[in-house]
Amino acid sequence: MSITRDEVAHLARLARLSLADAELDHLAAQLDQIISAVARVQEVTAEDVPPTSHAVPLANVFRPDQVVPCLTAQEALAAAPAVEQQRFRVPRILAED
Amino acid sequence: MTETLVSFDAAMERYEPVIGLETHVELGTASKMFCGCPASFGAEPNTQVCPVCLGLPGSLPVVNALAIESTIRIGLALNCTIASWCRFARKNYFYPDMPKNFQISQYDEPLCTNGWLDVTVHPEGAPPRKVRVEIERVHLEEDTGKTLHMGGATGRIHGADYSLVDYNRAGIPLVEIVTKPVTGTGPLAPLAARAYVAELRDMLRSLGVSDVRMEEGSLRCDVNTSIAPKGSPTWGTRTETKNVNSLRSVERAVRFEIERQAARLDSGERIVQETRHFHEDSGITTAGRSKEEAQDYRYFPEPDLVPLAPPADWVETLRAALPELPSARRARLQSEWSLSDLDMAALTNSGALDLVAETVAAGAPPAEARKWWLGELRQHANTEGIELTALPISPAQVARVTELVASGSLNDKLARQVLAGVLAGEGSPDDVVAARNLAIVSDDTALLAAIDDAIAASPEVAQKIRDGKTAAAGVLLGAVMKATRGQADAARVRELIFQRLQ
Amino acid sequence: MTAELTSKTAAELAAAIASAEVSAVEVTQAHLDRIAAVDGQVHAFLHVAAGQALAAAQAVDARRAAGDALGPLAGVPVAVKDVFATADMPTTCGSHILDGWQPPYESTVTRRLRAAGAIPLGKTNMDEFAMGSSTENSAFGPSHNPWDLTRVPGGSSGGSSAAVAAFEAPLATGTDTGGSIRQPAAVCGIVGMKPTYGGSSRYGVVAFASSLDTPGPLARTVLDAALLHEAMSGHDPCDSTSIDAPVPPVVAAARQADVEGMRIGVVTELSGEGYEPGVLARFGEAVELLESLGAKIIEVSCPHFAYALPAYYLIAPSECSSNLARFDAMRYGLRAGDDGTRSAEEVMSITRGEGFGAEVKRRIILGTYALSSGYYDAYYGKAQQVRTLVIRDFDAAFGQADVLISPSTPSTAFKIGERADDPMAMYLADLCTIPSDLAGNAALSVPCGLAPENGLPVGLQIMAPVLADDRTYRVGAAVEAALHDRWGHPLLTEAPEL
Repeated sequence: MSITRDEVAHLARLARLSLADAELDHLAAQLDQIISAVARVQEVTAEDVPPTSHAVPLANVFRPDQVVPCLTAQEALAAAPAVEQQRFRVPRILAED
Repeated sequence: MTETLVSFDAAMERYEPVIGLETHVELGTASKMFCGCPASFGAEPNTQVCPVCLGLPGSLPVVNALAIESTIRIGLALNCTIASWCRFARKNYFYPDMPKNFQISQYDEPLCTNGWLDVTVHPEGAPPRKVRVEIERVHLEEDTGKTLHMGGATGRIHGADYSLVDYNRAGIPLVEIVTKPVTGTGPLAPLAARAYVAELRDMLRSLGVSDVRMEEGSLRCDVNTSIAPKGSPTWGTRTETKNVNSLRSVERAVRFEIERQAARLDSGERIVQETRHFHEDSGITTAGRSKEEAQDYRYFPEPDLVPLAPPADWVETLRAALPELPSARRARLQSEWSLSDLDMAALTNSGALDLVAETVAAGAPPAEARKWWLGELRQHANTEGIELTALPISPAQVARVTELVASGSLNDKLARQVLAGVLAGEGSPDDVVAARNLAIVSDDTALLAAIDDAIAASPEVAQKIRDGKTAAAGVLLGAVMKATRGQADAARVRELIFQRLQ
Repeated sequence: MTAELTSKTAAELAAAIASAEVSAVEVTQAHLDRIAAVDGQVHAFLHVAAGQALAAAQAVDARRAAGDALGPLAGVPVAVKDVFATADMPTTCGSHILDGWQPPYESTVTRRLRAAGAIPLGKTNMDEFAMGSSTENSAFGPSHNPWDLTRVPGGSSGGSSAAVAAFEAPLATGTDTGGSIRQPAAVCGIVGMKPTYGGSSRYGVVAFASSLDTPGPLARTVLDAALLHEAMSGHDPCDSTSIDAPVPPVVAAARQADVEGMRIGVVTELSGEGYEPGVLARFGEAVELLESLGAKIIEVSCPHFAYALPAYYLIAPSECSSNLARFDAMRYGLRAGDDGTRSAEEVMSITRGEGFGAEVKRRIILGTYALSSGYYDAYYGKAQQVRTLVIRDFDAAFGQADVLISPSTPSTAFKIGERADDPMAMYLADLCTIPSDLAGNAALSVPCGLAPENGLPVGLQIMAPVLADDRTYRVGAAVEAALHDRWGHPLLTEAPEL
């Protein structure tokens, strides 16, 4: 087995995904299969092969330090589920930063 | 829960501290790190946001060139190696003040590495000691939004019912400066930590990259503290203390942690690796999030940005154009002004160094400039309860006063009155002299008139002088000074008295 | 009139509008009528913006009447995949979590199309957040293949592909991350292009896998695709990964349509077991056709292509697990479970649990796994190394050939529901297309016939080096012209009437 149900549950918590038990069972079984398949990449010996993060090599792309017009508060908040005092209202936060 | 403490001195007899500092600097760029929103402080909530810094679906970051330049300059000033190629990385975690729920930062490829900053610690009643703080890394990242916690009693997270988020600050460029562990400071650890932050702050200010105001949050410090029994080959478990918002807090936080940790170790308990929160009012730290279950940030190279490869010749141009750094400047001024280490330390600690230097630059002799700023003016500042820099008088004005004294137009007593007049808002030194008629009277006619009055009023004293008792001239001098409200040129008055009576 | 106008190519429509033979409003109205007539069966569109489209068409007509110069696509309707942010239309990405979301800004690609005078008709259906090969992962129901309504139109740009194949629009925009333009184009019998990565701007394209996502054109002819490609592409300072170089001369190449003397490499590894016989048969014929047109055919081996699929299914989910973290119910989109007692963390989890479909959840978890500490090197790290090897294989192959060819996808359109419960089987649809996404090079799919066993379209994939997009159009146009000659009519005329 390449991944256990508990590991999947842990990953779901990390990813803030609430899953029903049946969903978790189903997902875990599928992921087990998928992970075994993708693990094929380990068959490739690539000791001194550098990883590629960008297929087309570019570097040093910048913008000048200039202010450009931004959104109004109304535009920014337009799609917000809840607004108060011109801010995004969110439910109580548990974890201290 | 009140922590047991062991006295600092007792702790330092048995334990050796190791400290480390992580400092976040908000760069004073006009626009944000990855978008063109204004980076200024104090705007109405959510009026300085755009799709990019709000992390709206489909938005993409583009790097602010000045932020890169500033970070490289900071690295150079800290004697770091500047990476010839590096990337940004995503630091993934969920928190409502983070619009994308990842922070664009740098992970294993920071822009600057392996530098140092020399600081001088001034222990009370002991000679100053130089400490070299080594710098592990300097890297760039983006700041988060600001959250107001509502409904609870303290305004902090615990007990809050809900929160309100303002993303104006999200995306402002932050430079993170991390020291290597600082060892061997012993009982000077708290002062060393403070001295490092002070020196770093001055250096950043001299580079012009940030207004570095700890009270406003443009300079933030986290202090790491650990202790181990003296002679132990390994270091102790460290704690990280946040919410350290002033230089004094840096010192107090380290001191408190040493005392707290010593007490725990003494009683056989272990130190929990955790994040602690410093309380300004009480000077204590309390436990926050436990760091034992470390967050897995799942760092990977930021695919929306391309690598940074600062050209070597550009870096050298930046290096050559660095301003004189504070430590070098202090050394130069100390030498130019022929000050002892002690005098220089006193001057630096007083916060008057820049003011004195500007006054000297405006033409005043160094000793005079020091005398006025550290004497009369500091007294005024203390009385008003304000900083020297907040006094409504400029170095140029102080230099003018010293010039008037040197030319004989004012004596020390009059000079003090002129300074008081300028501080009271009566205008420039020359304005005050004219308005209050404070100039030294050197006009012989006026002086002779006053002398004659004094002679007439004390004929017997005059006779003594005629008889050769020159000391009696002091009485007449005193009378003349009183009559001229202290503005008579005392030396000339004496001359004229003797002329008149002999 | 409607049928006449909707069966025209974009090039023909643009010419007719420019010469005042027909008005832009008539053209737009004809397409809106067609959508009204058939989209109930095809379900290509999630949103039709009739009023805005007609207004935009009127504006084109006004400019034409005023004697203003019109661009090559002025007045031509275009369907827009619902992954592009449009300021005047909802953008859902086929997801419940963005149902009804109205972006406060516009994507660069759609902004450029509007500035060119193209007429956005509406937003097309897609697999949720571009993850899938059939549109069955859409939260709003699948689209249907116009060739056989019981079958998928491919994905993730299935709505765009179906719209073009059903004559609801002559042009459509899509995005290709693992094959999401080419595969649907192939199974719908139309042309689909994945430009060089960075060739068209991703600003305003809701991200799935940032280092792979490539906006591109879908159309019924190679020339039409080239015209749209040019209008969509070019450097964008708002996208750091966009290429600062002129758009390759794709329109000229589409008109050149000549392969005489070109070296064409058949990729050994993109064939064989798992490929439908009809697909292989039509592909083989295409190879012979190219040879008869004067190309030199060689075999090339790209040994690491065998690892491309697993590498992709590590890299893409990893990036998407991070890209989709922003959907947390705090600033926009769905908020579920906020009954006043729950914490932010709980509301985030409940919202994402309800708002995301199964495939998205699978990939988020897979990606979270591949990036987690302890696993990074063995999975994500390794996949990035495989990516380097795939790039090297391409470099070597392009040293021997000007373009590489393969089937676009191993199978013809499968039945709706056939692979929905078998993710691994679904992933195999991307077998041929993934290598070009990993390497970032240009790749075009052109129809090359119908499979004999089921009469369903087969696509030929033509791959060219980075920034050599024009070569794909040159070869594609040659194949298209030759097949047109051979059949006597465009392929799509064989599709059933809707």
